[in-house]
Amino acid sequence: MSYIRPKFRHPELPKNKLGYSVDFYEGALSTLCAGCGHDSISAGVIQACYEMNIEPHRLAKLSGIGCSSKTPAYFLSNSHGFNSVHGRMPSVATGANLANRDLIYFGVSGDGDTASIGMGQFVHVIRRNLNMIYIVMNNGCYGLTKGQDSATADNGSKNKSGQVNPFESIDLASLAIELGAGFVAQSFSGDKTQLIPLIKAAIKHPGFAFINVISPCVTFNNNVGSTKSYDYVREHLDATSTIDFVPEMKEITTNYEEGSSKNVKMHDGSVLQLNKLAKDWDPMNRQSVANAMMIAKSKGEILTGLLYMSQNTVDLHNTIQTNDRALNSLTKKDLCPGNEILKTINAELR
Amino acid sequence: MSLNNKKINDFVIRFANVNGTGSASANFLFTKAIFRMGIPVTPKNIFPSNIQGLPTWYEVRVSEKGYLGRREGIDLIVAVNPQSMLADIKSLRSGGYLLYDSSKQLHSEYLREDINYIGIPLMEMCNENFTDARQRQLFKNIIYVGALAALLSIEFKEIEGLLAEQFKGKEKLIPANIKALNLGMDFVYKNFKYPLEFHLERRDLLKESIMIDGNSACGLGAVYAGATVAAWYPITPSTSVVEAFNDYSKDLRIDKISGKKNVAIVQAEDELAAIGMVIGANWNGARAFTATSGPGLSLMNEFLGLAYFAEVPTVLIDVQRTGPSTGMPTRTQQSDILEAAYASHGDTKHVLLFPSTPKECFDMTIECFDLAEQLQTPIILMTDLDLGMNDHISPPFVWDDKREYNRGKVLDAEALENIEKFGRYLDVDKDGIPYRTIPGTHPTKGSFFTRGTSRDEYAIYTEDSDAYRRNMDRLIRKWNTAKDLVPEPQLYQKSNNCEVGILFFGTSTYSAEEAMDQINHNGVIVDAIRIKSFPFNNTVEQFINEHKKVFVIEQNRDAQMKSLLMIELQIDPNKLISVLNYDGMPITAENILKQVSNKIKSNFHIEKSKSI
Repeated sequence: MSYIRPKFRHPELPKNKLGYSVDFYEGALSTLCAGCGHDSISAGVIQACYEMNIEPHRLAKLSGIGCSSKTPAYFLSNSHGFNSVHGRMPSVATGANLANRDLIYFGVSGDGDTASIGMGQFVHVIRRNLNMIYIVMNNGCYGLTKGQDSATADNGSKNKSGQVNPFESIDLASLAIELGAGFVAQSFSGDKTQLIPLIKAAIKHPGFAFINVISPCVTFNNNVGSTKSYDYVREHLDATSTIDFVPEMKEITTNYEEGSSKNVKMHDGSVLQLNKLAKDWDPMNRQSVANAMMIAKSKGEILTGLLYMSQNTVDLHNTIQTNDRALNSLTKKDLCPGNEILKTINAELR
Repeated sequence: MSLNNKKINDFVIRFANVNGTGSASANFLFTKAIFRMGIPVTPKNIFPSNIQGLPTWYEVRVSEKGYLGRREGIDLIVAVNPQSMLADIKSLRSGGYLLYDSSKQLHSEYLREDINYIGIPLMEMCNENFTDARQRQLFKNIIYVGALAALLSIEFKEIEGLLAEQFKGKEKLIPANIKALNLGMDFVYKNFKYPLEFHLERRDLLKESIMIDGNSACGLGAVYAGATVAAWYPITPSTSVVEAFNDYSKDLRIDKISGKKNVAIVQAEDELAAIGMVIGANWNGARAFTATSGPGLSLMNEFLGLAYFAEVPTVLIDVQRTGPSTGMPTRTQQSDILEAAYASHGDTKHVLLFPSTPKECFDMTIECFDLAEQLQTPIILMTDLDLGMNDHISPPFVWDDKREYNRGKVLDAEALENIEKFGRYLDVDKDGIPYRTIPGTHPTKGSFFTRGTSRDEYAIYTEDSDAYRRNMDRLIRKWNTAKDLVPEPQLYQKSNNCEVGILFFGTSTYSAEEAMDQINHNGVIVDAIRIKSFPFNNTVEQFINEHKKVFVIEQNRDAQMKSLLMIELQIDPNKLISVLNYDGMPITAENILKQVSNKIKSNFHIEKSKSI
C-alpha cells in the first residue's frame, strides 16, 4: 500500500445506540481508483449500518470477483467476509443463510459478476427469495481487465476506446421485478441521500432485496458517449420519489401535499416515507412498476429510488420450513437419532 | 472353471424386463425372499438411461460362499422382453434355462438346442384371471416369481411375509398377489420337473446382515453425522443420496416443539450452485454436503479449489459412473479418481475415501464430516453406481452414542477473548491446521476475510511471494497430517506370504476377494491390501515396497489408482501391474483371474517367498 490512512479520529465523534462511532464500521483502505463510484457506495453502507445500530459481527459480507466484489474489504471490518468465485456469490450466500438465519447477509456484486457469469445464480437466488441484500455496483464495464463492455452496457454506448456497443443491455432491475423479487431499488453512487435510506430499507426487508446502483468507472467508462458516465447518469436520472427510512416507533413528522407522498410500512413496523411520488406510480404494484420501467427505458431515462416492494414476502427458510433456531447452533443432541433408532432401521432392512 | 459342481445355493439368474412395467418390485421380492432364507445374494440393476420402454435387466447372483461380486455365466433367464429376447437367449450358458411367456409360440430363431425351455403362458394367465389392465401387466411379474419359487425352492412363507410387509395398511391388495404367485407355482408343479438341479436351501448364514443400497446408507450417515444443509442437483447415479437424506430427515429431523425441520435441503440450479451452497453453509458453521457424479464433479472443480485454498470444510459424495463426458450414465466405473484427487487449477490435492459396502458408506460419510472439519478442506467420498444404486448385503449399521462430532479447531467467543491477536492462517500447532472462527461469534475479535486470493497468516490480501509460499507449504504440512487421520487400509494378512501382492478398493473388493480365494484354492497365498483413503498412509507404501510385483485392480481404462500411487509414492511403474475393467459392468472374479494369469503367464504358479 502506498500510503496509510491515519488512525486518528476525533475523540468526540458521535456514537450510535450501541456506543460505536462511525469509524467502527469502516474497513480497510480502498485500493480502487480515486473517484470510483464503488467507494461512495461503501461509504453509504458504512453510514447506513452505523445509523441503524447494526452489530457488525451479526452481518456477513459476501461477494464474487471483480472491482465491486473487492469492496466488502473496505467496509465493516468487524464483519466476516467471503470473497468467493466469479459469479457464484449467491450460492455461497444461500448456504451461509441456510446455516444461520439470524445474521444479515450483505451481498455485493458487479455487472460482470451478476449479468454475465453469475446470471444463473442471480435469477435463482431471486426465485428462492433468499433473505439477503444484493447490491450490484453497475458500471457497464469490466474494470479489472481494463474496460471491456459488460452485459449491462447500453446499446449504442461508446467505451473509452471509441467502440460502440452493438448489443442490447440487460436491465437487472427490470429483470429482478420480472422474476418476483420482493424489493427492487435503483440508485446512483453519486446520490447518497437517496442511496442510504434505500440500503436501510433493503436491510430491513425480510426477503431478497435488490439494489442496482449505477456506479461510474472513472478509469474505463467515464468518457463522452458512455451512458454510464457521471455526466450522462446525472443528466438522465429520474427519481421516482425521494425516500426516507423511518425506524420503528419513530413519529413521522414531515408532511407533504396529499397525493405526493406515501408511507410504506415494513414488516417490523419501520416506515418508508416516499415523497414527491412520481405520477402513475405505485411501488406496491408490480405491473405499474414494469410499465414505468419500459416507458423510462424508451425515453433513455434511468428511474431511481424504490421501484418495487412487496409487503407479503416469504423467504426461503419459511418456504422450506426450517427451524427458527439457527441450524448451525444445533448440537449432536438435536441432530443425531442415536443407536436405538439405528437398530430399528437395521431391523427394517432385514 | 467349473461353475456347475455346486448345485445348491450357487447360480446366477437374470431378469430381462421392459423399463417401467413394475418388474422392479417383483424382482426385489425374489431377491429379498432368498435373503430371508439366510443365503448370500447380490442383485445388480442393469438399466438404461430412460424412463419407460427400453430393456432393463436385473441380475441376481446366489452364492453360499458369500461371493457378492458379479459372476459371468447365466444359469437362468426370465425373458419377458421381446425386444432383447434374441440377445438374452444368446447370453445363456449351455445347459441353462429360459423362462419365457408361452402365450405365443416361440419363433424358430429363438431356439437353441443346448438350453432348456420353460414356457409359461404369463399373458394368457393374466388375461384369464385379472380384469384390470394395469393388474394384468403387473401380475405377469408376480406369476413368474411364483414359478421361480417352485423351480428354485423359495420358501413360500418368506414371500408371503414380504408381501404382508409391503402392503401393510393396504391389505386388500395381498390376496390378488398371492393368487398370482400360486398361478405361477401351480403351473410349474403341473408341467415341469422341479426343483431345478440348481436351487435354494435355507442356510441362515446372514445373521445380523442387512440389505440396502449404498446411496441410502450415505444419506442415513449424513443424518447421523449431524448434516443440516444439503444442496444438490439431480444426476444419476447420485440422486438417491440426497433423496434418502430427505426421506430419513422426514422422520428423524423434525423439531419436537415447533414441528419444523432441523435440516435445509435445497435442489440447486446446477452443480456449481450446489457446491457453492455447501461451502457457504460450512463456512458459517453448519455441517453441509452435496452428492454428484462425474459431470457434476467436473463442474464443481473451481469451487473445490476455493474450498481447498480458503480452507473451508466441504463434504462431497461422488457416485461414479461411466465417463468420459456423459458416457454411460447408468453404468458403473471407478474413473473419477484423478479428477477428484487433483480437482481444480493450481496446486490442489483432496482427501478421498473409498467405501466398499453400505456399512462403509454409512461410516465413511460420518467420517467425511469429521475429517472435513478437522482438516478444513474438501473430503470426497468415492463411491460408485454399483455400490450406490444396487442393494448389497452388509453388516448392520452401528452408532456409538458416546461418540462426539469432531468439529475441529473452531474458536468460540471465550477462546477469542483469551487470544491477543487472532490469525486465521497461523500454524499455531505446527500441524498445518489453523484455527477458524464462525461468523457472528464475537463483536470485535475473530472476524476475517475468506478469499480465494493469496493472503498472509492474518487473512490480509497479499501478493508477497514469501507469504504465498509459506501458505502453500503449510497446506502440504496439513496434507501430511491428514495421512494419519484418514482410515487405514485393510491388510488381509498378518505378515507377508508372497512376493506378489494385490491391491484394490471400493466395489472391486467383492470380486478381488473371490479371485483371491480361487488363487488360494490353487495352493498359493497372495498378499492383499484394500485401500480406503487418499492420501495414502504409510501402510500402503510399505505394502508396495515389500512386494516385488503388485497387481492394482481398478475399474477404469487409464489405471488411475496406479497413476496416483506412482505420483504420490514415487513407485516404479514396472512394479505395478494393472488389472482393469472398463466396460461399465462391475468387475468379475473371472475377469481378474484371467488378467492376473495372463500377466503372470504361469497360471497362478506364483512363487512362494516363504512358507505360511
